[in-house]
Amino acid sequence: MKITLTIIFNALCCISAAAQEINVPYEQFTLPNGLNVILHKDNTIPRATVNVWYHVGSGSEKPKRTGFAHLFEHILFEGSQHVPEGKFDEWLEAAGANNNGSTTEDRTNYYEDIPSNALDLALFLESDRMGFLLPSLNAGTVDGQRDVVKNERRQSYENRPYGKANLELPALLYPQDHPYSWPVIGSMEDLSAASYQDVVDFFTTYYAPGNASLCIAGDIDLVETRKAIEKWFSDVPAGKPVPKVDPPTPSLATEKRQVMEDNVQLPRLMMVWLTPPAYHPGSAELDLISSLLTRGKNSRLYKRLVYELQIAQSVSSFSDNKKFASEFYIIATARQGVTLSQLEKAIQEEIDKLKNENPEKRELDRIINQFESGFISQLESSGNKADQLNQYYYYTGNPDYFNEDFQRYRAVNGNDISSATRQYLKDDARVVMSIVPTGKTELAAQK
Amino acid sequence: MKKLIYILLCVALFSSGVALAQKPDRTTPPALSKAKNLQLPPIQRFSLSNGLPVILMEKHTVPLVQINLLIQTGSFDDPAGKEGLSNFAMDLLDEGAGAFSSLQLADEIEFLGANISTYSGSFASGINCAASSAKIEATLKLMTDIALNPTFAENEIERIRKNRLNGLLQNYDEPNIISRRAFDRLLYDKSTPYGRFPNEASIKTYSKDDLTAFHKTHFVTGNSTLIIVGDVTQQSITPVLEKYFGSFPKGQATTAVKPVPQQVKGRQIYIVDKPGAAQSVIRIGRIGVPRNAPDQDNIEVMNTILGGSFASRLNTNLRETHGYSYGAGSAFSFWKIPGPFIASSSVQTDVTGPALGEFFVEFKKIRQPLPDADLTRGKNYEALGYAGNFETSRDIASALVDLVLYQLPDNYFNTYVEKILAVNKKGVEAAAKKYIVPENMLIVIVGDKAKIEAGVQKLNLGKITYLTIEDILGKKPEL
Repeated sequence: MKITLTIIFNALCCISAAAQEINVPYEQFTLPNGLNVILHKDNTIPRATVNVWYHVGSGSEKPKRTGFAHLFEHILFEGSQHVPEGKFDEWLEAAGANNNGSTTEDRTNYYEDIPSNALDLALFLESDRMGFLLPSLNAGTVDGQRDVVKNERRQSYENRPYGKANLELPALLYPQDHPYSWPVIGSMEDLSAASYQDVVDFFTTYYAPGNASLCIAGDIDLVETRKAIEKWFSDVPAGKPVPKVDPPTPSLATEKRQVMEDNVQLPRLMMVWLTPPAYHPGSAELDLISSLLTRGKNSRLYKRLVYELQIAQSVSSFSDNKKFASEFYIIATARQGVTLSQLEKAIQEEIDKLKNENPEKRELDRIINQFESGFISQLESSGNKADQLNQYYYYTGNPDYFNEDFQRYRAVNGNDISSATRQYLKDDARVVMSIVPTGKTELAAQK
Repeated sequence: MKKLIYILLCVALFSSGVALAQKPDRTTPPALSKAKNLQLPPIQRFSLSNGLPVILMEKHTVPLVQINLLIQTGSFDDPAGKEGLSNFAMDLLDEGAGAFSSLQLADEIEFLGANISTYSGSFASGINCAASSAKIEATLKLMTDIALNPTFAENEIERIRKNRLNGLLQNYDEPNIISRRAFDRLLYDKSTPYGRFPNEASIKTYSKDDLTAFHKTHFVTGNSTLIIVGDVTQQSITPVLEKYFGSFPKGQATTAVKPVPQQVKGRQIYIVDKPGAAQSVIRIGRIGVPRNAPDQDNIEVMNTILGGSFASRLNTNLRETHGYSYGAGSAFSFWKIPGPFIASSSVQTDVTGPALGEFFVEFKKIRQPLPDADLTRGKNYEALGYAGNFETSRDIASALVDLVLYQLPDNYFNTYVEKILAVNKKGVEAAAKKYIVPENMLIVIVGDKAKIEAGVQKLNLGKITYLTIEDILGKKPEL
């Protein structure tokens, strides 16, 4: 007989409207081999997410081996000692599960979205590749994924309009020896040079349980899940302590202006600043500044460039928040017949205005209200919650940092915004990149 | 400090616990326990006093409500010469409505922490609204302004028109858009709405009268449905809906007659030249079946095996075995009319010919007897993964849109898993033979002609026709 679970969609997280508290209850423990574990129960639907963060990304790579952390992410799907090549995906799919992984400068994550009856399978697979990857590995696996990653680079950057600019920005923003000074995807040359021995060394150095965090969120029994984790990860050997990366805080000494030609119709301007690390003072202000500038029709840059002047086809901004430094981007695509100098002038005027005048309370409240909805709606998805619990744990040490995170934004006032704009969005410390249609360098932003 | 102690304490407890922990048996993958069945809360149907149908599913996990107003019209109803009109009209709905200008409206919505967006697809258009359940009334008030009293101001029309024309220009940069446009055009032909798309001439024709007429024709009770999912009950929401949607105009649905598309004859190969492209975008396909075709379940399982998942044959072949691509796959679009079957991938330029050849290897292979393991995986992936479509209110609301659009029975979701698990080998094999016909396929490649031509010719698949991007998108618009 099939077990039938009648779903009654009832409240599973605590949101007290009056106090504006957003909490995600969790259990946390550490295995003897050093693996950190976070559990959160949410039985909205009969599914769960198994989410593993390894605290290694392209920021731990050596020069001449750029793109390695990401190449390695691919290799982790190619089987392990007790999982023949191809079976990782086949077995999960045969259980109705989806899986994927991603790599940033700071970390590599992997997840399986599973029907809740497939928890043992997911734990078997994750523990096997954490503990027993090397016996199954061979040079052919590395070669195969090297080709796939090169095609990922082609698809995501080279064959995409404006894509090549993202490959050049890291070197313009960071000093040569800084671990953020190369793109996560790496260079074609370095990808070709990666050897089997590099893979072995990387795994041995970074893929130890003590450098990882396992979060399971969804339709789980907390006691049974804990037992299953103890079982599947009990034979995963503890690794050696992981070498610490601790680069000096980077800063730009000047404004760097760069012009790039690309096979595009409309020119695009990218302005990029180096800003404080994720969750550090100034970081919340910059997230809010980004929203003030480009979120919604009344945001300052959208309203000015797209709505009123109609000189831009689109404008966006965001903070790429990372462990050792963050980046603040403004990206605007010009309408036909408009030069990037025109765009830059209007953008600069809006930045200056934000530097000189505190935004009105209503303008800031509008953004905070949107942030609040964002915080609440992400609680609907176990996959989101699992990744967020792991993210908060990595960057702040507290998995349930939801409420603290939201309070960071609520605490910002208009004066903080102006002063952060002055402090971080400086005219003489940034990269200004013009991407223009091939042969039309006259459209670039001129100083 | 407290946290550190807590963790240390756990380690101590676990060190003793682990001795008792069962050692894992890694010789075979662990058996799965019984899967839990998907049983959704009831679908509640009722009508407002003006006859506007409402579908409600309660979900009280978070204090949010999703409200979708579905309007059953889309780009396939756009008259010839006015391609893109429905999309344009839907986009203009929230550029000023009721007493609010475009900017005021956006400010009011965002201040509530709500999100109201409009969309228009091939068959369906609508207004989707997400709001906190505490602010439902204020949000609905703004939503009904957008739905019932759009201003269609001339300055907003001209502004969005300019945006559309610049957008057309950007399409020349996008290999995937070029590929999609070329494929639709060549599969369905300009003589049907499925083979037409917005162009400079059509965009320049839209007038305020067109928009007003679109709105008047389609925003009527007989053509519309309100879909609500979230933290409300029928009792709590009905008076609010009556207050705001009670004046939604009564009227009958207008359904344009849709031409029956003609199947691909023989193998037709087109190369659209994009000099310097680092990859070639390949699309191969033919006309498939409409939604609710009697063998749709067999087709879905068959396609999952062929190209519908990561471990599918196309992805395994092109990505894992050959390293030609970052990914390859296939899909059937089940429309009200027979939608396309499309297999596709972006492959590196210098292996375009061999990559194209591998698609045909897989097309032939899927027509051969099916191994049990493939069938099991295909069925389970579809069936056991199904519950994942019902996690958020937004997911559920879009499933309910399908329910209305394709007139599915109310027990459709709760019986879907069982239905897919009942699919058998004979049915899947028959679907492959019937719908994956390698001799009758349209092939469109967007890539660097000079570098890929010889490799494609070598396959001897058939006559190759060469096109330019302008042949597909038209002359670049003069702005």
